[in-house]
Amino acid sequence: MHRFSRYIMHLEIITPDKKVFVGEVSEASFPGADGSFQVLKNHAPLVSALAKGPISFTTTLGKQSFVVDGGVVEVNDNKIMVLAEKVLA
Amino acid sequence: MANLKEVKERINSVSSTQQITRAMKMVAAAKLRKAQEKIIQMRPYSQKLTAILNSISSGTEGSTDIVYAQERAAERILIVPITSDKGLCGAFNSNVLKAATYVLETKYLGKQVTAMPIGKKALDFFRKQEMPLVTDFAFLFQDVSFDNVKMAAEYAMGAFEKGDYDKVVLVYNEFKNVATQFVQVEQFLPIEKKEIDSSNTSQVDYIVEPSREYIIEELVPNSLKIQFYKAILDSNASEHGARMTAMDKATENANDLLKELKLVYNRTRQAAITNEILEIVAGAEALSSSK
Repeated sequence: MHRFSRYIMHLEIITPDKKVFVGEVSEASFPGADGSFQVLKNHAPLVSALAKGPISFTTTLGKQSFVVDGGVVEVNDNKIMVLAEKVLA
Repeated sequence: MANLKEVKERINSVSSTQQITRAMKMVAAAKLRKAQEKIIQMRPYSQKLTAILNSISSGTEGSTDIVYAQERAAERILIVPITSDKGLCGAFNSNVLKAATYVLETKYLGKQVTAMPIGKKALDFFRKQEMPLVTDFAFLFQDVSFDNVKMAAEYAMGAFEKGDYDKVVLVYNEFKNVATQFVQVEQFLPIEKKEIDSSNTSQVDYIVEPSREYIIEELVPNSLKIQFYKAILDSNASEHGARMTAMDKATENANDLLKELKLVYNRTRQAAITNEILEIVAGAEALSSSK
């Protein structure tokens, strides 16, 4: 936990119907429209379109993932916001 | 003089009606809460979407040409009146239908109009009008979710893109609060140019992947679907709000009616008793005086 706290970022995955995930993560990777990429702490501000694919991230409880059907992700000031039209699993 | 039995029957019927209206009010209140929750759930998504869209398109000089913003001479119109499936909600449905009819008879008189009614009440109404109908999405309110609403929005957007319609107009009840709804006539397509409020956009210099144009192309349809979804959710919440108010009024009216009926009932009963005593006394008098 001590080590983890140095790396945390805030992640939110939301769809029009509900908030799918809100929490602290140390790492997250996304299915970008041009290929998948990973976001770590202090990433530069970024807006990227997402393709269909899995979003996976590491929380204190371990690795988790959701499959989204396209969307967009914004990274700014260690806050990651994922807007997905639909989350499949 | 009113018949005792008749009044009793009326009292029974009014109070059972009152029970129904009271129950309907409770149900509407519960449904309203759910509908409002849905609106609240959607809000962060739509706000963030607008924020991203604004901050990205403010960077591009001379906005990219989006197919959905194309202004064409309005010859073929698609009107989307949104009502409820069920009645007993005051002027909720007739307001929408009135507004829709008004728009068609003034602004779009003589144009080729197609209607895409949503909700059973609108469907029933527009079936009686002589105009082509798109009825695929009439029963959207049976299961309100973004997935279902999306399909209706995609249909309208696809048809606009192909040039089947030059303009798409939504007519629906906007949710203000439980007791008030406003009928909105809103142009859905083409997108009306909005001045971007640059004071509001964060001046963060984003890395944009794959490109600004790509993201705008992705997000604009998305925000259109959200706009459509918002109209549906607003109408849904308004419906339950309107029904709640209507049923509350009906319960109150039933109460007033009951009070009056009970008064009549008691008066009649008293009069009947008085009459009976009079008859008995008169009878006894007659007997004693004949002795």
